[in-house]
Amino acid sequence: MAEVLGAYRRLFAAQVRSQTQYRVSFAVDLLFNAGLTVIDVLVLLTVFRVTPELAGFDVRATLVMAGLAQLAFQLADLAVGNLERVPFYLRTGLLDAVLLRPLSAFGQLVVLDFAVRRVGRVLQGVATYGVALSLAGIGWTGPRVVLAVVAPFAGAVCYGAIFTAGAATMFWLVDGGEVVNVLTYGGRDFASYPTPVYGAWFGRVFGFALGLASVGYLPALALLGRSDPLGTPAWAHWGAPLVSVAWALVAALLWRVGIRHYRSTGS
Amino acid sequence: MTGVGPVVDVRGLRKEFTVWARTGRFRRERRSVAAVDGVDLRIEPGEMVGYLGPNGAGKSTTLKMLTGILTPSEGSVRVCGLEPVPDRTRLARRIGAVFGQRSQLWWDLPLSESFALLRSVYRVGAADHARRLAECVELLEMSPFLGTPVRQLSLGQRMRGELTAALLHDPELLFLDEPTIGLDVVSKEAVRGFLAELNVRYGTTLVLTTHDLADIERLCDRLVVIDRGSVVHDGTLAALHARYGSRRRLVVELDRPGPPLAVPGASTERVEADGRRQTLALDGALPAVVAAVAAAAPLRDLRVVEPAIEDVITRLWKTP
Repeated sequence: MAEVLGAYRRLFAAQVRSQTQYRVSFAVDLLFNAGLTVIDVLVLLTVFRVTPELAGFDVRATLVMAGLAQLAFQLADLAVGNLERVPFYLRTGLLDAVLLRPLSAFGQLVVLDFAVRRVGRVLQGVATYGVALSLAGIGWTGPRVVLAVVAPFAGAVCYGAIFTAGAATMFWLVDGGEVVNVLTYGGRDFASYPTPVYGAWFGRVFGFALGLASVGYLPALALLGRSDPLGTPAWAHWGAPLVSVAWALVAALLWRVGIRHYRSTGS
Repeated sequence: MTGVGPVVDVRGLRKEFTVWARTGRFRRERRSVAAVDGVDLRIEPGEMVGYLGPNGAGKSTTLKMLTGILTPSEGSVRVCGLEPVPDRTRLARRIGAVFGQRSQLWWDLPLSESFALLRSVYRVGAADHARRLAECVELLEMSPFLGTPVRQLSLGQRMRGELTAALLHDPELLFLDEPTIGLDVVSKEAVRGFLAELNVRYGTTLVLTTHDLADIERLCDRLVVIDRGSVVHDGTLAALHARYGSRRRLVVELDRPGPPLAVPGASTERVEADGRRQTLALDGALPAVVAAVAAAAPLRDLRVVEPAIEDVITRLWKTP
């Protein structure tokens, strides 16, 4: 096990080295990536210039949800966002080379195309979340501290699973990337606002059937000590991170089935 | 080798691909095409097997199923006693594969760094790795370009790098897909000599696809010919030629005109320029025939014409 991790670490280091070779261009890339994601926060602030509350939540409470959703998304994007390159591996048959090595295909794809510049976005996500938590006037308790730390990672697992499930469908759809973006980028924007804002049908499908309410909305309720206008019980707010386990299982299953459907290309 | 029993044991192997054929402006029809259709294959440790067939016959598809890249549609596959797809990562440490178009090397890194990365990927001990690498570097004469980024290597240099990459973890079975294609004569010879040496020294089992007759003669004791997804011949090269009546030709130039030659081990097929040039079809060993010709007539020049394996294979699939 330790040896396998060592192998990934070496592959990872080689990848980072080759990406940071050109320092200036890397720095610009990093800053640009961090700056770009600030736009999402600005959009949220603009919404609250028009209305003081959304479904009973003011700007500070909503900012906690948005901070959670965005940090979770940036973490997932950093870790597995490069799975969007899977169609390239499929079209060129490069996946053959990956499958010939004694490491998991998933692990290799994650490490081999790791985009270091995405670290910039995570830093921005951490900043937004930190500011949101400090402005929200949270009555801090032990369990809330734990939840505040765990929730972004659980959310990251959810988004990571969506990325993975989307990449797995490429084994059938080769260029269905745009469909997957509805769930990834769409899912991030959905989770940035309180679920009751959305229509009953839409909110139920995305928020509860797909579990995206568990990324931002439900844990934010637990952190803020608020009850849910939709009537979900408090244990569901605290237990929301567990939804990520279900997502991870679904994604793992889809990935396995996808790999078995790999058709390779001619010699 | 440690294993008892065959290294490759394949029964009733089949791979189907679904293709969508257009049948109207919007309508498409789903059809199954079998790329490999009922292949049986048993390879014992230490064998050198040529896996031949025309383009699109199913060679690569078979190799990909043997290495765990593709999941078979039907049939049983055992490689080194393992099932390739479920045991893929375990099998990967025991086999090597050189699929020329699918490089195992890191494009932007020097060759030596690729080898170092592969050492951790395959979890090979430092001492074993160093020993095998030194051996490959020496046999394949790679020291001049070890520090060169892979993208700057010539095809011949990169191929030697790929071979080394496939061997650093000491595989008991090596798959090679067209290992000499596109190489110059010197590199081809270097690769062939190296593979033959590998088989003799370590008993490594070799399975290769090729269109190159010299590869076959030098490296394949046994030929498995596949066409349209099924095995149509399994035996030696000589047996293949005997079966389809293709023989090597010896073209001799003589100093003066003469009657058609009659030498043991060959039959005279063509007589040109009053017997100054004659073409003999070989049945026996080349040196004996050449000696017999030289004894019978004043020999000025000679040339050996190989039967094209492509012709044999073409004929194979026309035979019902």
